Amino acid sequence: MRNRFDEQLEVLNVELIEMGVLCEEVIAKAAKAFLEHDNEAAKYAISKDLEIDQKEKDIEALCLKLLLQQQPVAKDLRQISSALKMITDMERIGDQASDIAEISTMMRSKSFKKVEPIEKMSTATIKMVTESIDAFVKKDLQLAKDVIDYDDVVDDLFDEVRNELIDFIRQESENAEYYVDLLMIAKYFERLGDHATNIAEWVVFSITGVHKDLDGLHNSSTSDYLTKLLDQRKKE
Amino acid sequence: MSKLKVENLDLYYGDFKALKDINIEVSEKEITAFIGPSGCGKSTLLKSLNRMNDLVEGCKITGTVTLDGEDIYKSMDINLLRKRVGMVFQKPNPFPMSIYDNIAFGPRTHGIRNKGKLDDIIEKSLRDAAIWDEVKDRLKKSALGLSGGQQQRLCIARALAVEPEVLLMDEPTSALDPISTSKIEDLAVKLKDDYTIIMVTHNMQQAARISDRTAFFLLGEVVEYNDTETLFSMPSDKRTEDYITGRFG
Repeated sequence: MRNRFDEQLEVLNVELIEMGVLCEEVIAKAAKAFLEHDNEAAKYAISKDLEIDQKEKDIEALCLKLLLQQQPVAKDLRQISSALKMITDMERIGDQASDIAEISTMMRSKSFKKVEPIEKMSTATIKMVTESIDAFVKKDLQLAKDVIDYDDVVDDLFDEVRNELIDFIRQESENAEYYVDLLMIAKYFERLGDHATNIAEWVVFSITGVHKDLDGLHNSSTSDYLTKLLDQRKKE
Repeated sequence: MSKLKVENLDLYYGDFKALKDINIEVSEKEITAFIGPSGCGKSTLLKSLNRMNDLVEGCKITGTVTLDGEDIYKSMDINLLRKRVGMVFQKPNPFPMSIYDNIAFGPRTHGIRNKGKLDDIIEKSLRDAAIWDEVKDRLKKSALGLSGGQQQRLCIARALAVEPEVLLMDEPTSALDPISTSKIEDLAVKLKDDYTIIMVTHNMQQAARISDRTAFFLLGEVVEYNDTETLFSMPSDKRTEDYITGRFG
């Protein structure tokens, strides 16, 4: 029963996976552009961002069509509404990754002091985005929770970067412009982590019907809530 | 406190057990929807709430149904029960008489003869059923000349004329076009300010749109009874999920 609808939901799933793959690709290229001063990689990242924008429009149209034609309820409604929210974050991921690529092309490649935590940030955010999309594909609550928890790591790294950069600017004020660009990039990576977290939260909603923002879970953090939920599921 | 309470109700048509251990509490001034596939027992339960099954041969009911705490199958006068618990059917069924007489029928049965008082009741009932403006100039004309949607609102007005407390509606919009349907839905939502409404519907979106609580029936049992929003977004029973998402069976 509902074969046609199930097929359409599968198409939606595939489209989301494709958009996710594009996001991973753009971040990876942007990181390469930044870390290795690779202008080709930067160009590639910027061009892929346009594909992501198009994908967002396509998925949005598909979701609206499904809402109109199928009037979904229960898990179908959650899947479609989560998809609609997730693509907004994915689109921002594309934008911010391409911003990183763009800033990288304008930075002088002469060797400055290495800011290690920023490299760690790039690895960490790629991991978060990849895993948030994996969590969606595999409907993996544990993986979604891991992503949400991992955001703290990225936030801490950002603080480290910021502190290091303040010191560097004090020491070499002539290179301040470069370090400020680095700070921008670090901030973009930090935001990428936030978007991955948002995606993971919508994955949780799509599986469980509970979203931290919708259900006033601000007091107990999402993570605590999920831990409880996962324990409960294990017992069942 | 709940307006209607069904406890451990079993209903048999001869040897066939049509309802199995039903336990439901219906809150006052709310809309409760009964959903489920054909033959699942939802209309049967609805009819037992004002003893419409009494005349069905071989129908046997055990368990209790209480209205404001009073057992409707024991001490209560059946005419009084049907005055307090009105019913609107799937197919509009106006009497073959004038619009006025259709509405006056119930109050007259209950002994109201005063013309002025009847006029007031008729205007109020028709207004409450959102059809006054459409029929006020032809009250003496036959009710059979009305459209399907108008006839159904007339039947609702007729049910309201005896000032019931509970209104049972058995698929009240399934024979109507979308515009008439939305009028009846708006009406139901308005009526719940004063009445307790129980509605059987095959239209899932309708249940989701207008009801406060929803009961899902399957094979004579209540599988799940929950807040409508919860039932349609996070059903707790797999069978409910399968039915409402159209993947039943």
